[in-house]
Amino acid sequence: MLEFFMLNITINGQATTQNTGSCVDAIIANMQLVGKRYAVERNGEIIPKSRLSETPIADGDKFEIVIAVGGG
Amino acid sequence: MHETTALTIAGRIYSSRLLVGTGKYRDFAETKLAIDASGAQIITVAIRRVNIGQDPTQPSLLDWLPPSQYTLLPNTAGCYNAIEAVRTLRLARELLDGHKLVKLEVLADDATLFPNMPETLIAAKTLVDDGFDVMVYCTDDPIQAKTLEDIGCVAVMPLASLIGSGMGILNPWNLEIILDRVSVPVLVDAGIGTASDASIAMELGCDGVLMNTAIAKARDPVLMASAMKKAVESGREAFLAGRMPKKIYQASASSPREGRIGT
Repeated sequence: MLEFFMLNITINGQATTQNTGSCVDAIIANMQLVGKRYAVERNGEIIPKSRLSETPIADGDKFEIVIAVGGG
Repeated sequence: MHETTALTIAGRIYSSRLLVGTGKYRDFAETKLAIDASGAQIITVAIRRVNIGQDPTQPSLLDWLPPSQYTLLPNTAGCYNAIEAVRTLRLARELLDGHKLVKLEVLADDATLFPNMPETLIAAKTLVDDGFDVMVYCTDDPIQAKTLEDIGCVAVMPLASLIGSGMGILNPWNLEIILDRVSVPVLVDAGIGTASDASIAMELGCDGVLMNTAIAKARDPVLMASAMKKAVESGREAFLAGRMPKKIYQASASSPREGRIGT
């Protein structure tokens, strides 16, 4: 039987969990941001969109996921 | 000297000298109508966390205002130090696929939203070194404006009065000193309340005006956007035309003095 752990991570200041072995693109898919304009920072470092699917999530990772909103 | 025809910022030419923000509107439809009425080509946007609870099927700001149709100017509104501001604009660059033109604003204080100049200078230097084209919100202090130009900012944007106050141009004298000393474009950012304020900024010789609240919080934002477009254009034309000299306490009749009846 496959051992199954959940990773404890933080997205935009909120604690959440993610399946072990998933990459950052899984978060984008969960948030239904695929095809939209967004940017991702992990532990203070930007992860380019082209590398989201090859960047594994680690326990304790802190993500900032941002979009453009109205502002002056 | 400042450009006589179109506005050039970081090597790109814009026919409109009015830049507008996209905040404080009722909805995206009103935002789009007002921006189109203003004729603005450069529009500011803020960078914020995705709201985890929000409905992902709802259209976003950029669905209404696509980067293919407008030059987006991501800002650092809400940043109170250089580190936050630089971090925000690097995210903006990633979000907009390498886009370099940005609006730096580092705020000092919640009540006044006045620029924090020591942090602004640090952030400006970091961003210029990192390859950004930096348009920078600053105090109307000519020395600070010149320092920002020397750092390599592509435009300086002194406040005319407090952000969102609608108090108009409070210190035209300082703006004139800045215009005299700085050769990159000078845009008034913040404080415009109504059309005449925008005209005054342009008549002083400013290269452009950036505003948000004056349009968004007018009773009829779309009509005000149209008014601002005309005000900026007419102020620019008046500047180029060269106003008549002011004659204090000395009237000068417009009609001929000769040939009056009964003389």
